[in-house]
Order: sequence, then structure tokens, then C-alpha cells
Amino acid sequence: MIHKIERDYYRFKDIIKGRIKQNLKKYITKGELIGAQGKNLISIPLPQVDIPKFRYGQEQMGGVGQGEGKVGTVLGKGGQEAQEGTSQAGNMPGEHALEVEVSLEELANMMAEELDLPRIQPKGHGVVSTSANRYSTIRTSGTESLRHFKRTYKEALKRQIAHGEYNPDDPNVVPIKRDKRYRFWKPTPRPEYNAAIIYIMDVSGSMGDEQKEIVRIESFWIDTWLRSQYDNITCRYIIHDAQAKEVDQNTFYHTRESGGTLISSAYKMAKTLIDTEYPSEDWNIYLFHFSDGDNWSGEDTKLCIDLLKYHLFPRANLFCYGQVESRYGSGQFIKDLREAFPQEEKIVTSKIDDKDAIYKSIKEFLGKGR
Amino acid sequence: MNKAKNELHDLQKQIELWAKGYGLDFFETIFELIDAKHLNEIAAYGGFPTRYPHWRFGMIYDSLSKGYEYGLQKIYELVINNDPCYAYLMNSNTLVDQKIVIAHVYGHCDFFKNNQFFKHTHRKMIDEMANHASRIRQYGELYGIDEVENFIDLCLSLENLIDVHTPSRKGHDILEFLIQKAPLEEWQRETLIMLRDEAYYFLPQGQTKIMNEGWASFWHSKILTEKALQDIDIVDFADHHSATLATQPGQINPYKLGIEIYRDIEERWNTGRFGKEYEECDDIEFKRHWDKKLGKGLEKIFQVRKLYNDVTFIDEFLTSELCEKLKLFVYAYNKRNGTYEIVDRDTRKVKDKLLFSLTNFGQPMISVTEDNFEGKGVLLLTHAHYGVDLKLLEAKETLERVQKIWKQTVCLTTEKNTAKNPSKKRKHSRSL
Repeated sequence: MIHKIERDYYRFKDIIKGRIKQNLKKYITKGELIGAQGKNLISIPLPQVDIPKFRYGQEQMGGVGQGEGKVGTVLGKGGQEAQEGTSQAGNMPGEHALEVEVSLEELANMMAEELDLPRIQPKGHGVVSTSANRYSTIRTSGTESLRHFKRTYKEALKRQIAHGEYNPDDPNVVPIKRDKRYRFWKPTPRPEYNAAIIYIMDVSGSMGDEQKEIVRIESFWIDTWLRSQYDNITCRYIIHDAQAKEVDQNTFYHTRESGGTLISSAYKMAKTLIDTEYPSEDWNIYLFHFSDGDNWSGEDTKLCIDLLKYHLFPRANLFCYGQVESRYGSGQFIKDLREAFPQEEKIVTSKIDDKDAIYKSIKEFLGKGR
Repeated sequence: MNKAKNELHDLQKQIELWAKGYGLDFFETIFELIDAKHLNEIAAYGGFPTRYPHWRFGMIYDSLSKGYEYGLQKIYELVINNDPCYAYLMNSNTLVDQKIVIAHVYGHCDFFKNNQFFKHTHRKMIDEMANHASRIRQYGELYGIDEVENFIDLCLSLENLIDVHTPSRKGHDILEFLIQKAPLEEWQRETLIMLRDEAYYFLPQGQTKIMNEGWASFWHSKILTEKALQDIDIVDFADHHSATLATQPGQINPYKLGIEIYRDIEERWNTGRFGKEYEECDDIEFKRHWDKKLGKGLEKIFQVRKLYNDVTFIDEFLTSELCEKLKLFVYAYNKRNGTYEIVDRDTRKVKDKLLFSLTNFGQPMISVTEDNFEGKGVLLLTHAHYGVDLKLLEAKETLERVQKIWKQTVCLTTEKNTAKNPSKKRKHSRSL
């Protein structure tokens, strides 16, 4: 069933993202949903568009409440005016949430939602493992730390009422062994897939700090997304100028060399890595190459194209080439690739002119769900 | 699935009979069992299956579905004031939940049909809403979706500028005024007429929130505890019911306040604790055991649900004793500490504050004073000030938006009223 509301929902999302109706932009407020999960308050960001109306200011308005407390008892902090309007229940004035760290998985999902990324269909068989432990059921036995307080209390209460042992004036509810209920997880077997990501970056003299910053941000998001899609992820980092070498993550983002550029050196190294460590029957392989598009010679570019065609494409799920704009680079390489592989499905090329283009580029890379 | 549906159908028929047995009187009520996504959609549409296209419904939907997903809130049921009444139940409710919400729904349906403030509401509003939707969609095709939606956005800034009084007082129904006088295209005028109709349809629900929820809670509680519950349901019922009536310090729960007032009225009219003789009796011990065995409690609350709205209900039936029993208090903002604090537990002050927040369904009182101010076609609006300012920045934005509809200068003036002496007025003008 298609829900009619989705049209309104996507239109609202487009407003929040600034894609349409810029005239409403100034009315966007940073709302949040506040709730308790266990003992912690959690805050879920909930941007709203608040159409202006004639209304009372809440601080001057005050209100009526119900409960214990003496004159002077503090109910909550002021600050941001609570939202009035739609929900009659009304927010408690100044109710405050603790910011919670968003897990990387949630971050990935948020990004995926923003970019409409498809879930990846992993290739290979996948080893069946028992992961994804969720406390999804209730059992009558278990360890005390997993006891479900409310369910246990209810059982005890029912038993005491049934046996006439419940005294409303002295409501002492003491659970006995058979009242106790425990959280229990059903292990949900699901296949486990492995992925290897090989990041390649041109660190020759023409790649400046700004360019590397773009690469760093983009690969962080790519990494986050892929990690949410696979159980096991291994990352390898290759930098190159005229020569390639494998480095750790930190070096990858911070090295700057001054030499010339031979892209083939990096592709050769990637091929060797895959051949020796990541047989493509067991691994989903992703290659991301970032450069400013300058290569030493047409000769080397030809060699690159051959390496891609005969060695890397057959083994990889995806080869992504991202070209960052640089004052010094000629930007030729992306043209060469596009010319060489007009129909090839394994390659995605993307031009990243500035930081604002990162979103679009990630979508180009990962938008196919491979 | 079918078995569950049949079981629910039998349950509904049974509860309907019990409700009628107590004297509840309602239009035919049709129940539909739907999933969370669908229920959130209908809730976002203000209870209707179809509304005109507009982003704000998507915004409400976003908030409802996030709240549901994260387990912060759940809607059990929705019911529409329509003949026949439609009620939507969440299909994941437990059987005890369903018993409660079905009984609760019959309380609302009785209220819709009998409370006098609903008398003039459109009882075929489901159809009417669908008509509005198709006409506005059509305008979108003719004049552009953005164009039509932008106009609706402007109108939404004004949707609270309607008159709670019938017959309406001159200048207080600003929407009607603009329909008559503003230089609008025909489709814009028609759109504004539809939005005004919808605002008036929803108005009595805003004016009777405490009474309506209280009434429905009173009846779900009575029907369940006297008829529908089996022994095994009791604890789950108590759990659900107490969650519905739970209070938090900084706000009023309309379910709780409403049910308590009805129960208090029932008790007072059963025992005869009202009227001059009772008020004037100063023998506290005698008063405590006061019981004239009138037995008119139920009769009285049926009459109250017919004739009152939240303002008159609170004004007349929230007694000092009840105020104390419910531990009501006034809170205010303390500028020095930047916190909200309890400032008073005095019954009179509590009632005044509560009544103020309910008067004019909680909205500032603004009316048209002149439509050709100073002979220049300027629209002059007046805010009747009773001690609380408008949010100024927002008022300015709103004025700018009214100006887009009026297409000439719009001014807002403040008329200061002191509650004790309403004839003494001071004027502060503010214009754009």
C-alpha cells in the first residue's frame, strides 16, 4: 500500500534540506523529541518548520501544573521557548535533554536516508554466524541482571491479588521465583559478509591540504556506510606519487610528497594486494581512488586502463574514481577514464569541486547499491 | 487474522451495548483496524484519511513516526467527529488495550454528538475534507503546486484568527473578513474559505479538550471496571489506565483533570454537596458527612457534557477542595535564575491562570478595527491585551504575511486591559 502522506513527507524533507521553498528556511527550528530509554534521556533531532502566528510568549505566560512541591520549587530550565501548537499535551517548560552520542550505525542510516542510498547486495556466500543479539523475548529463567522489572512486578501483583495477599493500604509486592521474568535474546542467524576497501590517494605536490580534507571527509562517510553494510571490513591505504606505498590511515591523510605522478604504480600495488590477500570469491572489494587528475604521461594512463580492465574490474564490486579540483592539476585523468569505459558498470567517476560537492559525489559512488 | 477480527467485532458489539445501557448516545460508529504507519498517517492528517497536499502533514507524520519508532509515544486509537463516526484502532494493541480504547471511543462519540459546541460542526467532514483535497489538488495543476502551497502557508499564519463566539462578533473573524475584503484571486478566495471551514470544524475540539478526554476516560474506566474486564485483565488495565492519567509537574493532563472533575461532580450531586445551604454551612464535621442521598450524579454529568466547554467547566466545577486534592499550582518564569518555578497554590490564582490559558482556545485575542485606517487603505488590527504580551518578533513576521494577503499596509495596535477595570484602556501602537 502506498501512503499518501509520503508525498507531504518528502516535500517537508526537501524544505528542511533547503531544496525547495527557500522562503520557509528562516522558520526552520531545531526541534527534538525527548524520551527516556532506561535511565537515560535521549534526544532525537526533529527539525520543524514553524509558521509564524500571533501567539503568547511562554515565559511571560507561565501556566498551571500538577504535583508536589513548595512555592519556589524549580520545575525546569527556561531557555528555548517550548513549542506550542500541534500537541495539546504540551511540552513541559524547559524540559531538557541530554545529548547522546549517535552511534556510527545510526549515523550511517541517517546519511543513507539523506542520500537515498540503496542497501548493498553483498556477493559471495556469506558464512552463517550468530550475531545481531537483540533482547527480543521474555523468559521465565535467566540471570538477575537481565530481569525485566515491570513484567516481574506485574506477575507478582497478579499472583498476590489472586491469592488475596494484596493489601491496597500497604501495597507490598514481593516477587517470588515463579513471578520472575527475564529478557532474552533470540540469536538471529544471518550470513556474514566480508569487505575490503582499498583507498588510493595521489599525494603528489599538486594535492594541497584542501584537496586532502575533501578526500578525508568523503572517505569517512564512505567508510561509515560500508561498515554498516558488512560485518567485517578491512581497510587498506595506498598513497602514490611516482611510486606507490602502503601506509596506515593516519599517514594516508597527512602525507604530502613533492614528486611526479605515476598512477599505475598504485593500481599495480592494489592488484598485488587483492591477489595475495583478498580472493574475490570471499571478499567484496571496493577501490576508491582520489586524485587531482594529473598523470605523468599518456603512456602511463594507458597502462592504468589496462590494469583496471583486466585485473581490477573483474575482481572488485566497485571502482570509484574521485577527482578533486586543484589549481595545479590538468584534470585530464577523469576524461581519459570516461572515454575508455563508456559502458563499464564497475566504474563510477565523480568530480568533487569543493566540500559542498561531497554529498553528491558519495551518492554517485554508492547510489547503485553494489 | 480473521479469528482475531471476529473476536474484536464481537467485543465491539458487546461494548456498544453496554455503552448504550449507560445512556451514552452516539452516531453509528465504524471501527477500522490499521497498522502503525497508517495510523500515524491519519493522525498527521488530523484524524482524516485524506487531506489536501501540504508539507506540514508530512512534518507531523515525521514526528509521530520517529516517536513511535523510538518507543517514545504510541497512538492507540483515533476517532473522527463525523456521522457515522469513524474510529481507527492500532492493530498491535493487546486485547485489553482494545477493550479500553473501544469504550473510550464511545465516550468521544457521545460527546461529539451531544455537546452543544459541536452542534454546528459538519457531520460529513470526511467527505468534505476529501472534496477540499481534490479541489486544492486541482488548483495545484492549474496554478502551480508551489504557488498554491505558498498561499496556504500564508493562510496558516492566520488560521487561529477566528471567533469562538456565535454569532460572531464584528471584526473577530479575521479569516471571514479577508475572504470578503482582501484583493484575492478567485482560487485564493476559495482556498481561504476551505481553510476557514476546516479551522471552524476543529475549533470545538480545541475548546473541549479537557471535557472530551475526561468524559471518554470516565466511561472507559466505568465500562471496563463494571462490565468488560475479566480477572486476568485487571493488572494490565490498571497499567494502561494509570499511564493515560499520569501527570507530570509542569503540565496539565486533560484526561486526568477532566475525569477528576466529572467524578467530583458525580459525587457532589449524588450526595447533594452543592448549593447555598451546603456552601453556607460552617460545621466542618457536619459537612464531612453531608449526604442528602440525591443520587443525581450521573444525570448531572450528562447535563454538564451537553452544555459546557472547558472554560465554563473549569470555572464552575473546579472547587477549592478539588484544586487542593489534585495539587494544582501556578508556575512562572523566574528571570533571575532562568527557570520555571512554582509560585502559588492559591485556588483562585490557579483557576485564573487555567482559565486564561483556555480562553479563546489559548490564542491571543486579535480583531479588525479598521480596514481603511487614516483613509489610506491600511488594515488596523487590535490585540486585546490581558497581561501577556505577544511574541514580538513572531508577531512582526505574521504581520508581514498578513500584508501579503491584504496587499497594503497592516498595523497592529495593543489595547491594554486591566482585568479589574476593563473600561480603562491604554493604547500602544506599533506598525510596520
